[in-house]
Amino acid sequence: MAAPPSVTTERLSGTQPSASSLVVFEDVALAFEGTPVLKGISFHLAKGETKAIFGVAGSGKSTILKLTLGLLKPDAGRIYVLGEEISQRKEEDLFELRRRIGMVFQESALFDSLTVRENVAFRLLEEGNVTEEEVDQPVREALSFVELENTVDMFPSELSGGMRRRVAIARAMITHPELMLYDSPTGGLDPVTATTIIELIIKQRDVFKTSSLLVTHRLQDAFIMATHYFDRRRNRMQPLPPGTRSEVPMGFLILRDGKIIFDGGLGELVHTQDEYIREYIS
Amino acid sequence: MELVSPADFAKDAVQAVQDYTLLAVRSVGNLFRPPRYVADIVYQADLIGVGSLPIVVLTGLSIGAELALNSANTLQRFGSLSLIGQLVSVGMVRELGPIITGLMVAGRNASGMASELGSMLVTEQIDAMRALGTDPMKKLVTPRVAATVFMLFFLTIISDLLGLFGGALISTLLYHMDWHQYWSTAWQILVFQDVFMGLLKPVLFGFVIATIGCYYGLTARGGTQGVGRATTQAVVASSVLILVVDLLVTKLLMTIFAYQ
Repeated sequence: MAAPPSVTTERLSGTQPSASSLVVFEDVALAFEGTPVLKGISFHLAKGETKAIFGVAGSGKSTILKLTLGLLKPDAGRIYVLGEEISQRKEEDLFELRRRIGMVFQESALFDSLTVRENVAFRLLEEGNVTEEEVDQPVREALSFVELENTVDMFPSELSGGMRRRVAIARAMITHPELMLYDSPTGGLDPVTATTIIELIIKQRDVFKTSSLLVTHRLQDAFIMATHYFDRRRNRMQPLPPGTRSEVPMGFLILRDGKIIFDGGLGELVHTQDEYIREYIS
Repeated sequence: MELVSPADFAKDAVQAVQDYTLLAVRSVGNLFRPPRYVADIVYQADLIGVGSLPIVVLTGLSIGAELALNSANTLQRFGSLSLIGQLVSVGMVRELGPIITGLMVAGRNASGMASELGSMLVTEQIDAMRALGTDPMKKLVTPRVAATVFMLFFLTIISDLLGLFGGALISTLLYHMDWHQYWSTAWQILVFQDVFMGLLKPVLFGFVIATIGCYYGLTARGGTQGVGRATTQAVVASSVLILVVDLLVTKLLMTIFAYQ
């Protein structure tokens, strides 16, 4: 059996932002048409860490991901991503940074007029000056990673919901970004397919050591991530041996009414005395 | 229906004008900044230009024929039937060719652009494009604007020629005019100012059609219903703007060229 991943980062959750933090939110606030969505949000994501973001619908989870990518701009506060301050940066100045980040959207957001190959290769084709071979090789690798090699010439409308999510993961990870953002990647999927998607996210985390923010409604997704590692030899995820769970670089962030009410690790989460959180995780 | 205060209405209107102006300016500015999506421009030119050809051929031909048919009756009363070629020529080249072609292309393509971009917006494909490091303004808007301006110019020339041809058919077949006389009078009456006016208009109309179609698509709100609304608004707004621009340009050029 391949050994579980060793922890190379500091104890991650609940610590102060450091130079190794990939994402830092400082007192970020945002309102839509006068209605506050986020109120003074502060957290950080350390290198190598995966942070799962929970909250009821409309609590601002997806908004955090869009702010991280610069798709939205905060009304107040500062956001640092990959060491760069992006809070008020102009759209055209963000494209270079975004090429270092992968995002999987809630409904996959695949380009419906392009084939799977063109979707996955989109980033490479946009960079220009690439030959067919230079595109085909990484596309094959990315599709092989999500085990969808035989869908290369299909259109998104010909794929199932779970397959579309997997193609979206392949599209996001083709250039091996330093940071991955997952917006409800298992939303609307059956439990078996959802577990397949989570296994891919664990694979991405453990094989490429990618940091990530994961928005999800399903608490079990984050628990699986915190209690499993990807065994490369068996090509599947395995439960972590007893006593090593606290070493997985996994943090939890719970939002309520636009504020963070919990930012910590699995141990702190299961032993919390907060009634709302206890009810949420029960 | 929710009532909107006059202040909010005014703010929304100013915001819309500002957003549209920014989109229009950036769509042109992007032509001079890399990356340039030449393949997308060619693809859109095929879609907009070649795709619109049948409808432009049909309308050009029938408008020219109808113009000849209607004016022949009046001209005949004054014994001036020989002027029919001149009338059709000036009417088609200066006014009817550009405006009919513009309205046809607006109906077909402003709606297509608004619905396509609107659908991409509500399914987060626009956000996905931005997330992948690609500027949707450069990738989606500029190619559509460039292709529409370029193709409408040539579609209008085709429409003008077919209008003249339609007029020639009516004049010779129904009113027994000489074919060569029709074409020589139609050709001789045209001066530089007429041709300039007739070819400047499609450039402006093409810009209006594409920028309005893209603007409504990229500002669509409210799911599929919002996309439908944006599509309708794009056709109405681009058609109205074409008529307004036509009036202004005609008046301006007539003043500049000191038309009698």
